[in-house]
Amino acid sequence: MHPFAYARPHDEAQAVALVAEPGSTIIAGGTELLNWLRLGITRPDNIIDIGRLPDRANIGLEDGFLTLGALATLNQIGEHPTVGEHARVLGQACLLAASAQVRNRATIGGNVLQRTRCAYFRAAEPLPWACNKRAPGTGCPARHAMNDEHAIFGWTDDCVAVHPSDPLVALAALDADVDLVSPEGARRLPVGKLHLAQQEAKAIGHDPATQETVLRHDEMITGYRVPLLPGARSAYLKVRERQSYAYALATAAAVVQMDGDTIQSIRVALGSVAQRPWRLLRAETSLPGNRLSADTVREAVQWDLDEARPLSGNAYKVRLARNTAVRAIMAAVES
Amino acid sequence: MTRSQILNDGGVAPDDPAGDTPTNQEPLAPALAVNVRLHVNGAQHAVHVSARVTLLDWLRDDLRLTGTKKGCNEGACGACTVLVNGRRMNSCLMLVAQCDGSEVTTIEGLAGPDGHLHPVQQAFIDCDAFQCGYCTPGQVLSAVACIQEGHTRSPEEVREWMSGNLCRCSAYPQITSAVLAAAEGKV
Repeated sequence: MHPFAYARPHDEAQAVALVAEPGSTIIAGGTELLNWLRLGITRPDNIIDIGRLPDRANIGLEDGFLTLGALATLNQIGEHPTVGEHARVLGQACLLAASAQVRNRATIGGNVLQRTRCAYFRAAEPLPWACNKRAPGTGCPARHAMNDEHAIFGWTDDCVAVHPSDPLVALAALDADVDLVSPEGARRLPVGKLHLAQQEAKAIGHDPATQETVLRHDEMITGYRVPLLPGARSAYLKVRERQSYAYALATAAAVVQMDGDTIQSIRVALGSVAQRPWRLLRAETSLPGNRLSADTVREAVQWDLDEARPLSGNAYKVRLARNTAVRAIMAAVES
Repeated sequence: MTRSQILNDGGVAPDDPAGDTPTNQEPLAPALAVNVRLHVNGAQHAVHVSARVTLLDWLRDDLRLTGTKKGCNEGACGACTVLVNGRRMNSCLMLVAQCDGSEVTTIEGLAGPDGHLHPVQQAFIDCDAFQCGYCTPGQVLSAVACIQEGHTRSPEEVREWMSGNLCRCSAYPQITSAVLAAAEGKV
């Protein structure tokens, strides 16, 4: 591990100033950062430990929102009764992530900033192959080789990686906002706008492989707010190669409001199919007003999946993602 | 407290036993080595360590508590599981610096002072819950926490909440039995 200096600021003002210094990186739980350091994915000069900043692990209700401090751990969120009552999908997503040990440390602030599990990306230095994320300009071996776990939406020839977070997918389906702070002050973004698919980064003139979020270097996530939707039911479904403690092949988060047998509103996000949660906007637009049935839902979800661009090894993901979304929607309504 | 003292010790006031109480409003400068105070198996330690040392390496190499095993060193196998402030964590995914003021329990700290085994240790023996034994310290500590958390209402729940501890000998049925037996007080 490359040497680095460590500081543990006592309050947010100190933290913001230290994080803004060039060469600084944040540590909170550290479950992702320590592996980046070992692999050489990042080589910070300074590591700023925000893990003990006061009042940043709170979970509560405030003015029609569920609020989550960035330092709340995945187990704290997953087992919190208020989350279970108002955002079941988020609690489920947190508890389906990682292991009990990792969830005791991993924070909801850091979780959304974990990086892809692409095996080419996750190799130790010296990198034995090309990777545009690790060594820009060298190419993307996954584009035409081992890509069965990679993207079916939003990718470019530069990079076909997906984002592996579970809670992020739930937060996106819940229309949550993320709160950020920097020396320039605070700002708030929809969670769904935090990450960029490769095509989106390219469209705004950034490097499609390395520009994964709209975060600036000096910004820090302080928390989230999730709007409370009256009567909404929700569910998270995760499909893996083994039953527990594995990254997903596909996931779906569904948030549904019903009026009797009729769908009143619906929001669905797919995970592990793109470099950001992929909302099924056609289904979300077309389904309200329809009577709920698995056939109706499948047909609507299929319209969104018709836009998928599978790679050489992951055509299975199109059907898997469709069926995962349908099951998540039905599970939400039945909850 | 002078600025140079803070610069040299990584921001931890030497007269602060918990090590995490702010005593100074000056900005803290990042330091390559830090002072850390923590308890391991009840014994207090005050050490000056490189900022990049993980809890796992420090336990094994500096304290010679080699019961905590280094398996994958990336949080995938659970062999390095210890209890930090009573909660199970992968010691390979934590810096010692982050443990300042913490209470750590390793496998060496579970048995009583007279050598009487912890009920979970006894349950692992009674149920033959290991073969090579390399994953066992992590399994046992994870099981202690799993029982304290109350995630032992069924074999399925035990398997789910113990999934962060891999056993390449595949003693999973016996491990599940041991956790359930210890949880039910049948040891």
